[in-house]
Amino acid sequence: MKILIIEDDREAATFLKKAFSEAGHTADIAMDGETGFAMADTGNYDVYVVDRMLPLKDGLSVIRELRGKGNTTPVLILSALGEVDDRVTGLRAGGDDYLIKPYAFSELLARVEALSRRSGSKDVETVYRVGDLELDRLSHTVTRAGEEITLQPREFRLLEYLMRHAGQVVTRTMLLENVWDYHFDPQTNVIDVHISRLRSKIEKGFDKPLLHTVRGAGYMIRAD
Amino acid sequence: MLRLSALMRTTAARLSALFILLFTACALVLVIYVSALSQRMIQAQTQDAVLEEVSTLTQVYERRGLTGLVRLIAVRARQPGANLYLITDHNGVILSGNVEMIEPGVLDIEGWTEQPFYYSRYGEASEVTDVHRAVALVARLPNQMILLVGRDLGEPEQYRSIVRRALTAALAMMGLGAALIWFFVGRKALKRIDSISEASRQIMGGDLTRRLPVSGSGDEFDRLSENLNAMLERIAALNEGLRQVSDNIAHDLKTPLTRLRNRAEAALAEQDDPQATREALERTIAESDQLIRTFNAILMISRLEAGYSAEATTKVDLAAIIADVVELYEPVAEEAGVALNADIAEGAEINGNRELIAQALSNIVDNAIKYSAGSNGKPEVTVSLARSGGAVRLTVTDNGPGIPESERHRATERFVRLEKSRSQPGSGLGLSLARAVMTFHQGELVLSDGKDGKGLAVAMVFPDAKNV
Repeated sequence: MKILIIEDDREAATFLKKAFSEAGHTADIAMDGETGFAMADTGNYDVYVVDRMLPLKDGLSVIRELRGKGNTTPVLILSALGEVDDRVTGLRAGGDDYLIKPYAFSELLARVEALSRRSGSKDVETVYRVGDLELDRLSHTVTRAGEEITLQPREFRLLEYLMRHAGQVVTRTMLLENVWDYHFDPQTNVIDVHISRLRSKIEKGFDKPLLHTVRGAGYMIRAD
Repeated sequence: MLRLSALMRTTAARLSALFILLFTACALVLVIYVSALSQRMIQAQTQDAVLEEVSTLTQVYERRGLTGLVRLIAVRARQPGANLYLITDHNGVILSGNVEMIEPGVLDIEGWTEQPFYYSRYGEASEVTDVHRAVALVARLPNQMILLVGRDLGEPEQYRSIVRRALTAALAMMGLGAALIWFFVGRKALKRIDSISEASRQIMGGDLTRRLPVSGSGDEFDRLSENLNAMLERIAALNEGLRQVSDNIAHDLKTPLTRLRNRAEAALAEQDDPQATREALERTIAESDQLIRTFNAILMISRLEAGYSAEATTKVDLAAIIADVVELYEPVAEEAGVALNADIAEGAEINGNRELIAQALSNIVDNAIKYSAGSNGKPEVTVSLARSGGAVRLTVTDNGPGIPESERHRATERFVRLEKSRSQPGSGLGLSLARAVMTFHQGELVLSDGKDGKGLAVAMVFPDAKNV
């Protein structure tokens, strides 16, 4: 995956570039809004990571102008601002996700990977499959090896989100955001308990684990 | 004189000057009008009197002849304040009357004299300066003799000069009064402003505890001072909050930062054992995540305490938020052996921020589950929603150990973790954040006893949107 980092803090940008490449991605750096816009405009990237406060042209203007030109590449906004409605402002400008500094790189990586896949074809698929686990989005049924598994509505949405991002790390805050539609940091292990409930439902009686815990990051569903 | 020039620049001085001008103009117009009117009236009266006199004299002449006329004039001319009387022959030779000398040419034109003329009476005029001014009617008797009856102008002129003097005196009084009022009122205003400026200078100089003077009269200066004082109060509170945040950051983040540093050092020391290094690094990351979390919470609390923002609020349904949070925490509660229930009497819509309310409620529920988990009997946490007396109360009640009344006010302070709870995980910011969220919503966070005096009830009290 090719990532464009528009960030004026040289050290932070260099760290991100290195960390992204260690995770198997390539990344370019733009140090100001003008350069960032020009580089993004070439259209050679899968995801833009844009800092909100940039020299020459601020991050939101860069995004607004890109969107104005019909560029639909996913954008993740990084911001040191954390006012109550900053997220809303950022998303309204055309951002797809919003992360407040300071953040953990694992969180950023998971979100960037989730974004890039979003632009893929998962939206139109009606059935998600991971190994012998199947989730039908239309009939709201889940089966494993042909056996139907009964899930609560919330558990269904949790599994749907995990399967939509199969093979990718999904963090706890991403789950809270996308499954519960809340954007705060869950204090304790609330999400973990929901996951372990779900896990017991889809894995009980089967040998092969599907839902894995990624230490220090989150969860991932994959068939191996 | 510097003070005087400062005085001249005050609004009071400018207003006084304007008023003096206006009053003077009004008074002038009034006086001119009155004097013109009275002069015309006096003139008309004089003419009437003279006309009547002439007609009487003419009648006397007709009835009694020249002798009668002369005799009557002689009588009348001697009366005090008498009119002017003069009879001459057709050549202008004086035959009778009380006029000794008259301005030449007056007798040549019949009818009213067009201009006042000079004359002098018998026995009066020894000097030319003693001449008087008068108006008169000149009539020709049938025998070609000339009869003049006139009235001295001394009286109306005296009257006019009295009016003029009165006007001058009145104007002088007015000017003096205005100047005095202007001086005292203006100086008083100037003094008040000076004291306000002086106080502001001291405040700008760094003495944030100083307040602007309030005289207690409730006038506009007082209102201004009161408002500015309220503003200073707010600034001081924000300043204090900021100072507290930095103090807390300094004191309370030092410990975890030191721990973080130690872990990193330990990881470095464990180089030979890859497994141990890995574990140490993972603990380091977990520690820094916790630090980030704490840091975000502190920032959020400060921002929330900075005040309400209408942009960040919409109509939100508290019942829906409760349902979400209870659903979110239900597995955790179950795992901890705590019964988590929602008791919603009716839905309640308020103006608020869904995210913030959910986060605050999560913190409270989280705490309630943690603290009631170990309690004797059947641990239970109930989230209830009720509307009463213009407020919506969202209450989380547990039957855990509770918080002694004396410690309750401290429980919502930043970083305060009551002694007994030191062993529990958490940043110690949960209730502080909840309180900040309530401040943001112009409501309050109320801690009280739980059911039957056991446990703790934490109420988020919102102003009812229906009453606003």
